[in-house]
Amino acid sequence: MTDTLPPNTGYVAAAYLVFLLILLIYFVIMAIRTARVERELAELLTKVERRSPSDSAAETSSQ
Amino acid sequence: MPTTKSLYGRRLPGYAIATAIVLTASIALAFFYAPIEVDQGFSQKIFYIHVPLAIVTLGGFVFGGIFGIQYLRSGDTRHDLRSYTAIHQGLIFCIGALITGSIWAKAAWGQWWVWDEPTLVSFLIVFLLYCTYQPLRFSIEDPERQARYAAVFAVVAGVFVPVNFIAVRLASPLIHPRVLGSSGGSLPNDMRIAFYSALLGITLLFITICKYEMASKHSRAQLAALRRSLSEEDDEPAAIRTAAPRIAIK
Repeated sequence: MTDTLPPNTGYVAAAYLVFLLILLIYFVIMAIRTARVERELAELLTKVERRSPSDSAAETSSQ
Repeated sequence: MPTTKSLYGRRLPGYAIATAIVLTASIALAFFYAPIEVDQGFSQKIFYIHVPLAIVTLGGFVFGGIFGIQYLRSGDTRHDLRSYTAIHQGLIFCIGALITGSIWAKAAWGQWWVWDEPTLVSFLIVFLLYCTYQPLRFSIEDPERQARYAAVFAVVAGVFVPVNFIAVRLASPLIHPRVLGSSGGSLPNDMRIAFYSALLGITLLFITICKYEMASKHSRAQLAALRRSLSEEDDEPAAIRTAAPRIAIK
């Protein structure tokens, strides 16, 4: 620590950094979960696109 | 097909913006407006993050209990989700309060932890009590029973929190200050403004994160419902055992 900083600055910085770190960890976890949801949605979209031609063919034949 | 209603994310952007503004302002107030305390010096600045975290933690646990009562009365799974989220986030904030408190203790008293101090030990007991909430939920497979037992836990533990708080206030403090008490350390006005703005900021952060978590869980439930409705075999996949509440998608 330099002379210009008040004593115990390290502890104060550590406390606020801990708060920030907890928030960051939480947001990383939520980001991973959001990415998983996006991936699953993309899978479902592919599934729907694959199914669509056969579905429309079935509808045409029933008419 | 699942509904496309957004139940939890509706006011989320507004809360997020308010949180960012108030939290930034409160940190600025704590460092640039509130004076340096005479006894503790600069380390007292930890107070503006530690005490709001502790208060919001206990508030979150109490709200978990209130939502638990609402679930037991109505059987509505949305209340179970709210109770679960309030307790889950309360635990995360509790970890923050414990760590920042420990750092403050080291700076102010020269020790990381004081076992003779009722305030500290009772807070640790509350933390350990709520640590059993997730394993309790996980141990019960049936979703309805899981929600019911978790609600009972949330109510009983939620009642314990204020009772414990009052008991600690009545006990004679060793070294932990009673900052907001009628006797002893009442805050000067400039410190009070910084403190209440920090409390508001942390409360808004808690609400925002709770809403974010619930919106995320609801999205995943909607996705699972969509997957089921698109499933060619039409047989539901075996439910994965989880501590999180099951959300009914109509």
